[in-house]
Amino acid sequence: MDLKTKYMGMTLKSPLVVSASPLSKNIDGIKKIEDADASALVMYSVFEEQIEHEQKELHYHTTVGTDSFAESLSYFPQVEDFNLGPDQYLELIRKAKESVEIPVIASINGKTLGGWTEFAKLMQDAGADGIELNIYNIPTDLNQSSQELENKYLDILKAVKSNVSIPVALKVSPFFTNFAYMAKKFDEAGADSLVLFNRFYQPDINLEELEVEPHIILSNPTDLRLPMRWIAILKGRIFADLAATSGIHYGEDVIKMLLVGANVTMLCSTLLRYGVDYIKDIKEEVIEWMTTHEYESVMQLQGSMSQLNVADPSSFERAQYMKALNNYVLNY
Amino acid sequence: MTDKQFITIDGNEAAAYVMYRVNEVCAIYPITPSSNMGEWADEWASKGYKNIWGNIPTVCEMQSEGGAAGAVHGSLQAGALTTTFTASQGLLLKIPNMYKIAGELTPTVFNITARSLATHALSIFGDHSDIMAARGTGFAFLGAASVQEVMDFALISQAATLESRIPMLHFFDGFRTSHEVAKIEVIPDSIMREMIDEDLVIAHRNRSLNPDNPVLRGTAQNPDVFFQNRETNNKYYKACPAIVQKQMDKFAKLTGRQYKIYEYEGDPNAENVIILMGSGCETVRETVKYLNANGGKTGVLKVRLYRPFDIQLFMEALPASTKYISVLDRTKEPGATGEPLYLDVVNALFEGLQSGFGSLKSMPKILTGRYGLSSKEFTPAMVKSVFDNAVNSNAKNHFTVGIIDDVNFTSLDVDHNFDIEGTSVFRALFYGLGSDGTVGANKNSIKIIGENTNNYAQGYFVYDSKKAGALTVSHLRFGPEPIRSPYLIRKANFVGVHQTVFLEKFDLVNNLVDGGVFLINSPLPTNDVWNSLPKSQQKLIIDKKVKLFAIDAQSVAEASGMGRRINTVMQVCFFAISGVLPKEEAINEIKNSIKKTYGKKGEAIVNMNIKAVDNTLEHLHEIKVPESVTSDYEIKPPVPENAPEFVKNVIGKIIAGYGDDIPVSAFPQDGTWPTDTARWERRNIALSIPVWDPDTCTQCGKCAMVCPHATIRIKVYDEKHLENAPETFKYTEAKDKTWKVDNLKYTIQVAPEDCTGCGACVEVCPAKNKSNVSLRAINMQPQIPLREPEAKNWDFFLSIPDMDRTKINVNQIRLQQLQRPLFEFSGACSGCGETPYVKLVSQLFGDRAVIANATGCSSIYGGNLPTTPWAKDANGRGPAWSNSLFEDNAEFGLGYKLAIDKQEEVAKHLLEFFRNEIGSELVDALMSADQKDEIGIAAQRERVAKVKEIMNGINSPDSKRLLAVADYLVKKSVWIIGGDGWAYDIGFGGLDHVIASGKNVNILILDTEVYSNTGGQTSKATPMSAVAKFSAGGKPTGKKDLGAMAMSYGNVYVASVAMGAKDDQTLKAFLEAEAYDGPSIIIAYSHCIAHGIDMSRPFGRHKLAVDSGQWLLYRYNPVNATEGKNPLTLDSKEPKIPVRDYLSTEGRFQMLMKANPPMADKLFKMNQELINERFRKYKYMAEQGGKEQTPAENQ
Repeated sequence: MDLKTKYMGMTLKSPLVVSASPLSKNIDGIKKIEDADASALVMYSVFEEQIEHEQKELHYHTTVGTDSFAESLSYFPQVEDFNLGPDQYLELIRKAKESVEIPVIASINGKTLGGWTEFAKLMQDAGADGIELNIYNIPTDLNQSSQELENKYLDILKAVKSNVSIPVALKVSPFFTNFAYMAKKFDEAGADSLVLFNRFYQPDINLEELEVEPHIILSNPTDLRLPMRWIAILKGRIFADLAATSGIHYGEDVIKMLLVGANVTMLCSTLLRYGVDYIKDIKEEVIEWMTTHEYESVMQLQGSMSQLNVADPSSFERAQYMKALNNYVLNY
Repeated sequence: MTDKQFITIDGNEAAAYVMYRVNEVCAIYPITPSSNMGEWADEWASKGYKNIWGNIPTVCEMQSEGGAAGAVHGSLQAGALTTTFTASQGLLLKIPNMYKIAGELTPTVFNITARSLATHALSIFGDHSDIMAARGTGFAFLGAASVQEVMDFALISQAATLESRIPMLHFFDGFRTSHEVAKIEVIPDSIMREMIDEDLVIAHRNRSLNPDNPVLRGTAQNPDVFFQNRETNNKYYKACPAIVQKQMDKFAKLTGRQYKIYEYEGDPNAENVIILMGSGCETVRETVKYLNANGGKTGVLKVRLYRPFDIQLFMEALPASTKYISVLDRTKEPGATGEPLYLDVVNALFEGLQSGFGSLKSMPKILTGRYGLSSKEFTPAMVKSVFDNAVNSNAKNHFTVGIIDDVNFTSLDVDHNFDIEGTSVFRALFYGLGSDGTVGANKNSIKIIGENTNNYAQGYFVYDSKKAGALTVSHLRFGPEPIRSPYLIRKANFVGVHQTVFLEKFDLVNNLVDGGVFLINSPLPTNDVWNSLPKSQQKLIIDKKVKLFAIDAQSVAEASGMGRRINTVMQVCFFAISGVLPKEEAINEIKNSIKKTYGKKGEAIVNMNIKAVDNTLEHLHEIKVPESVTSDYEIKPPVPENAPEFVKNVIGKIIAGYGDDIPVSAFPQDGTWPTDTARWERRNIALSIPVWDPDTCTQCGKCAMVCPHATIRIKVYDEKHLENAPETFKYTEAKDKTWKVDNLKYTIQVAPEDCTGCGACVEVCPAKNKSNVSLRAINMQPQIPLREPEAKNWDFFLSIPDMDRTKINVNQIRLQQLQRPLFEFSGACSGCGETPYVKLVSQLFGDRAVIANATGCSSIYGGNLPTTPWAKDANGRGPAWSNSLFEDNAEFGLGYKLAIDKQEEVAKHLLEFFRNEIGSELVDALMSADQKDEIGIAAQRERVAKVKEIMNGINSPDSKRLLAVADYLVKKSVWIIGGDGWAYDIGFGGLDHVIASGKNVNILILDTEVYSNTGGQTSKATPMSAVAKFSAGGKPTGKKDLGAMAMSYGNVYVASVAMGAKDDQTLKAFLEAEAYDGPSIIIAYSHCIAHGIDMSRPFGRHKLAVDSGQWLLYRYNPVNATEGKNPLTLDSKEPKIPVRDYLSTEGRFQMLMKANPPMADKLFKMNQELINERFRKYKYMAEQGGKEQTPAENQ
């Protein structure tokens, strides 16, 4: 079975890519990802906050209280070179490139236009095959218009693109007034791929402490519906590749995403649940389905059920919603 | 001669720079002001820097200076080139080994930042009392007078000691030279190699103890031979001065810098000569130059080689014309016929004239005086007064200069208007707050000017005695010639005031020359700045035609991401308006310097500083100075008018910066100082202060318990006391059931002008506002709008009587916290982790406590002038406190106990003697009083009062004796307090002995896990993987389990506590420790600024430390063992988070994670294993049955 696919100019041996996750936190994890037969990996994200705030935090901690009191003009020895979080990240890219043959896509996560976008160049210099730019922004400013917000996304994308020559994928959330318009804009701004979608982790409340706490819930298979629809809608309408992420847990999920037009499928939650070797099971399931349904290659089925290619394009739109509701009521 | 290279460094770095390169082993121990030398050596070694032979010197921290000297001695005996660094008490501890090292003719250089010895008081500052105490050791003494000389003499010392075999004590003045930053010529390694004779190094090795060619040293000798054997080395001492001069000459050929061991400068026909050593030489030299240029005939003889003293060379250095000699000593030797240098000079002149040495034909008039003790300023004006005194027919001898001695009338009059500073040197003064980065910026400016222009530069920095909200004054000079002015700037071309609060307190414009530039950082709009100045300052600005500038640096800094650090902003302002460099050039250099300085810390740090540079100029404004004064207020008095006389006349003057003007008569003669003074110094350093919300408050008392500065107080009182309450005074119903019955009122009040604004109270407050959970029962709000009303409320609060101590249940925090703290408003760091424990001692036992305090942070914030935090209650009782030394605190405290017990014994004996007069019932009650609680204590006090009344009616020697000791019938509580450097390291031997004594003393170890006071050096309490000074690569070994060692005695109460993790366990431990009739030791987890943490949320650290098992909570109470129970109670639960989760939140561990991730991984893992094993061990011990686990029972 020919599982090869193309993603951001690279030919991958399969569409099974490991998305940004703690699985790639160290070189052992990265080797395991390759051993588990992933076709590429997106490394864990280095955050804008890490690039800037970590430096500031360390700077603060090592300078607070200095030059105040005659007996203790400093509290720490001067360290010649700090291996700050981003430095460690770059080192991991280098090591990964030395250790594995699959493409290594570096991931950078931020929300404001700042110096951190220049970090993409360092990622490229460290050997990354591509950059996944994850713009994780929860707009809370009552005075910021949607236009301003959307422009900021584009500015960040352009800033990163201007720093590198390797392909840049853009991972975003679906929460735009008109995502289709934005997808087109991202495409025009040079995104080599759109990774759909970012899931916003919603905080929880600790009732005893009356505190808001982070609470991560892994995706479940129903989460794939949203990216699936949008990939279907966008396939063939923009130049950028499309990567599916969120809720892809089994081989069938992969197939669905490929059918609507995904170039690759990104795996995370399912691997965190079942272990990285579960990629092999998913691969088997994909092969089995394709064999059963007499497909010869991934490229053959890719996009065959995009909105442009289905008999009833409205099925991805409002009509489908009405139908779903009606069915639901009837079933009830 | 090689091309000249310049660097801008301080004296300590200059010494270490050379010593590191020409030695193989450094044995070190921290002590101010020498610590930096060891720190440099350790840092360089950890970075792999090599000495001139291509090896990395081994740097070994020891447990004390005595230990370092022993290690040096051993290392030298075993053949390595070895050095050490120390000062003051540290040098004293090295003396025994110094006699040995010299007696064995062993080449080495000890580098000493000369510092005062503790006498009536400790002082960290510079004078020669320490080196003079070591002058009999047989070491040669070579004194450097400037930073350049420090670097040069370090090398000359090393070369000379190798050739002469006489060990060298290379000294320079503590702080004045050790901490002065100057542009100097650096000695290249090639010259060091030329100066160090390899044959002499080999000769040193050949003399070493070597089993392949064994010899024996350290024999014991008898009366028959010791004496003559001692005389064998005289020839080495005779040869030594010529060898030192030879090395100086050789050095001159290599560098062009010629020195003489006795160096005369001045008029060749001078009649009036001053002789002295150290940095003062430079001041005299400058003054001589000035005086001679104005017709004087003066000179200075700089004694560089003090031991061995070469009479012939000394005499040859003196001009034949000398008629008057004034010998100045920077030390005091009470009872002697004169100070040491003077006596040497007198003898040298006497013998020299007898022998016909030199050109002098007759004995000049010789006078002597003391100057500069404890870094007292020594200025050209003082030098002139010394010259003037010498020629005066009523000249004073054994005079003092620099003080006003209105008791013994030794002091010379000084004309402080005498000024020799010319116009070629640009002088600048900067007044900053410790935390704002002013000093760092100025050091940077010196580097910029020193290293990028042909100008020379000098920087000296003066710090105040507080650790929080400290004033820093930077003195900077720039000029085309080398700057040789080791004294403070009196009149500056530029004054920068980096915090407006200083304008309310100090007369700063007075320090400007006419037409000078005055820069103010003010949050006010530019147009309002003028009116914010006090009247006197406005008048001076007008009169002196000052150019006035202002900037809101805080806003610029914050907008640039710099937070409160305004360093870069103010630095740009300085260069923009001072004219010291062309503006554009200076700004470019600042930017280059930022990249160089912060590059290793990351682009973000560089960017925010660059942003600050770019944002500054548009916010800097010149203020047009009006023609008349418009202000309606004056600089505030330093203490309130109602303060006691001593506080007003002495302490107040010190606070105001006029301590130098206080005469001798104002001071107690024996070092005694009043307690209860901190409350008069209202410092107003908090930007925001806690505000109490009575409706949300649960009255748990935690905020008061953790408050490091005792500025949050609780009172419960009868409603009648509210009668004259200010309008904004807050109170509510007291909630505890014991208070409710009496309908008592409850108030939590903040001392707004004493609070440091740390926010620790907010962190621990468990109550949340029901309608807005971001608010607690204590919330921080800006101080300025609250200052006035809350100050009134505070004064009113103080007028409400404290609750009777006998009515306070001390077993519950919410009730116990009603006890008045007798330790308040200390100068500790904002958010300090030690002081809450110290305060707790003062609350629980303060009215009968005697405290022995080891030198360290707690002795500094506890006893550094001007004000001290130990306070008195309404009855005038409170802790009596003293600091002896660093190393002897446990023994010192044990001494208290011995004396107290003896006086109690005497009192009881006398009670028996007066049984008939006093009455048996009262005597028996006094003898057998149960004083376990406050009720018992109060009852005993009443009995003692009755006894005193009776004794006052009997006028006999025995009744007077009983009156003198009767108070000892009331139980005293002896507390021995200190940090981990004392308890784990330097004082451990004594501590061990004291707990083994079985005496009822209480030891409180404030365990910050580093030497906090001297800047965070490693102690044996430092946990594995922490980066600290002397452990720059992360501490590779675990923390000493001091508690386990103490428990091994079986009869010692031991507790390990962390207030932020379990405050009720802390309270319980303090009560149990004091109640235990035997030695008690409490090891208290004390977060510290040296941990690299957010000091506004420090108590969360305690919880993480305990949750991870890094810190164990337990109590080992021998009383339980006597009751057949297991004495050990483990108060910690199984660790519930990996230790990494704790470590990765603190800067000290983060540094290793960032500097060396593989090492961090390795040490974190090892640390986790240690924790697991330690918990398993303690758990096992705590789970065992009773008797069989009790060592006492096993014996």
